[in-house]
Amino acid sequence: MNKVSLIINDRKVKADSGTTLLQAANDAGIEIPTLCHHEKLAPFGACRLCTVEIIKGGKSRLVTSCVYQVEEGLIVKTESEPVIAGRKLILEMLWARSPGVQILRDYGVKYGMDMDKFKTAPTNCILCGLCVRYCAEVKKKNAIGFVNRGTERAVMFYPEIASQECRRCGECFPLCPTGVLPSNYALQRVPHFKWPVGIFSR
Amino acid sequence: MPKQKSVASLEKYRQTLSNARESKKLCVAICSGTGCLALKNAEVTQSFIDEIDKRGLQSKVDIRRTGCLGFCKEGPVVMIFPREIYYVKVKPGDVPEIVSSTLVDNRVVDRLLYSGPDNRTVVCEGDIPFYKYQTRLLCDNNKKINYHSIDDYIAIGGYSALSKVLSGMTAEQVLQEVKSSNLRGRGGGGFPTGIKWETTRNAPGDIKYVIVNADEGNPGAFGDGSILEGNPHQVLEGLIIGAYAIGAHHGFIYVRQEYPLAIESISIALQNARDYGLLGSNILGSGFDFDVSVHRGAGAFVSGESSALMTAIEGRVGEPRPKYIRTAVSGIWERPSDLNNVKTWATIPLIINRGAAWFNTIGTEGSKGTMVFSLVGKVNNTGLVEVPMGITLRDIIYKIGGGIPGGKKFKAVQTGGPSGGVIPEKFLDTLVDFDELTKLGSMMGSGGMIVMDESTCMVDVARYFLSFLSGESCGKCTPCREGIYQMLKIFNRICRGYGEEGDIERLQEISMMMSRFSLCDLGISAPNPVLSTIKYFADEYEAHIRQKRCPAGVCKNLRSVASTPVSAGPV
Repeated sequence: MNKVSLIINDRKVKADSGTTLLQAANDAGIEIPTLCHHEKLAPFGACRLCTVEIIKGGKSRLVTSCVYQVEEGLIVKTESEPVIAGRKLILEMLWARSPGVQILRDYGVKYGMDMDKFKTAPTNCILCGLCVRYCAEVKKKNAIGFVNRGTERAVMFYPEIASQECRRCGECFPLCPTGVLPSNYALQRVPHFKWPVGIFSR
Repeated sequence: MPKQKSVASLEKYRQTLSNARESKKLCVAICSGTGCLALKNAEVTQSFIDEIDKRGLQSKVDIRRTGCLGFCKEGPVVMIFPREIYYVKVKPGDVPEIVSSTLVDNRVVDRLLYSGPDNRTVVCEGDIPFYKYQTRLLCDNNKKINYHSIDDYIAIGGYSALSKVLSGMTAEQVLQEVKSSNLRGRGGGGFPTGIKWETTRNAPGDIKYVIVNADEGNPGAFGDGSILEGNPHQVLEGLIIGAYAIGAHHGFIYVRQEYPLAIESISIALQNARDYGLLGSNILGSGFDFDVSVHRGAGAFVSGESSALMTAIEGRVGEPRPKYIRTAVSGIWERPSDLNNVKTWATIPLIINRGAAWFNTIGTEGSKGTMVFSLVGKVNNTGLVEVPMGITLRDIIYKIGGGIPGGKKFKAVQTGGPSGGVIPEKFLDTLVDFDELTKLGSMMGSGGMIVMDESTCMVDVARYFLSFLSGESCGKCTPCREGIYQMLKIFNRICRGYGEEGDIERLQEISMMMSRFSLCDLGISAPNPVLSTIKYFADEYEAHIRQKRCPAGVCKNLRSVASTPVSAGPV
């Protein structure tokens, strides 16, 4: 394992090559906000909250620290101005979709979020994908997944699988940052799913 | 189907075909591209078949179904060879007259000729202003071949570049030639093709892929589809040469679901190429193995993004992935994958045959070669145009495009689709060049060029592109999904008369964040139409927001005589 030297927030940091910037920062005691990150799951890069500024070869760029791997001589700024401005706006947009969520409130306080910036249109789901990815990667059941595209994207239990699996599992429920997952399980009537008569051979 | 076991046998076969062609036989070429087919050219073709049969002229006249001939506005188009007489708006009822006058008596049917704004008719294709000012390096071949015929392609010199490559060039030499040509990707990114090939070639791994991106999702663009429909072999030839240079043995052609004619054309072409030994194992006896599969899209614009396309080929949902490691190094199934646009691949045989030095004589310092544009919108001559880089926008719109119909005033031209921007009149003398267009806040894109006049509402244009993207964003990342959603809400309010002070600033704030934080280029470039219309047409925004007025008269709710909006309430 090669060791790589880089600078995070003006501090010299050493990390194994292949480590992500997020991991390297956390190991050095520097916190970076995340919503869709989980140590048991492959990095997703969807919430964009962990975005940091990197300077390489004199050029500055914004990258997601959960995916970007450490490089020799990289300069990283985890709280520079464009980063904070973007995090604030992302939190404001997510608040409009999921108002009242504790972790958004906590990060919101830190980054100066304006709760009234956008009119709320609650789905109460921030589409972090923790539930979907946990079921796919850890449980390997794929009982829950994303449906639709763009602004209509949503998380849905696949009733054929979920009605058989979820009752004895439920491990994704505590992962949900907004807490809406158990409600959706009930609202989507997963436990009551019956195979349509005559369509399947069951 | 004669399988060609060597370059020599291919060249001999080519000679036979081209000798057979050289006889001064009459040929009726009927454009059977998507556009003319929609205008019922299939019936015209059938009428020709019937009439020629009726008069017993089969041995004297060839009938050739071609791909798009370019002048879509004047379709259905029929050309008569060898004189290259160009007939426009041909109906089945015109066919008997064409056969008796032109084919039998060699007389031109005046009423079917193109007539310009000066009302003078033009007989030959090359004299029509639409064609005269173009440089149709890629597109000109469409009229010379039946779009499903490999023999026609070989007869006009097709696969001679492949012959040249396989009979004496090393992969390195091919790579060097493409690098020296300074060819830049025609899919929108404008990345130097040679460098992308080199990165793929040098990436670790024995299994590599080459990919044709024929997703062409931009609204208004149809150049890639037309080239793939009309001349699939030229794309394929470029692909085989690229695979050889890179060291790939399998290729993918990703065609959007909505191009059935292109899918049909390329599928027939692949089978013919296999039958002729131009695809498969030991191509032309060179020892090089390569084959191709066609992958059909499933109706998503975002799948045209290179990492999303590769994810779709893997069988997963076509969503982009963070590209900090280039797809040229880690692409399909984490293997080095080179993805290029249809037009880029189609240009390769030209560069190999005529040389990188020749290619460098066309275009500007930073952008070499030609570009194919789908010229559409408020312009007289709509269709597919191919021009040298460095031509001015003015020349495209006025000399080739014939200017604005109805004597209306030009307002702006939009390039690059939902990722591009609008360019106002004061920049009409800008040279068409990757960097010049980017400097103006637009981009070359993959070839859509939409002309707008005084009756186009620029606020509505931005709203239109956002509404397109709201359904096409994959929705994975917050900035794009929520950014487009919130910006569209603001636009809907503005266009219905509920614009507020601070709306422009809000749009700019969201745009800035999206362009820096989005996962892929869809989100990064989604603000471009918004920002460029605000930059160049701030007065229209002001009219909508402050005066509740749409100067172009497009936004329905703002058209009433009184200045208050008529709808029942905000969105």
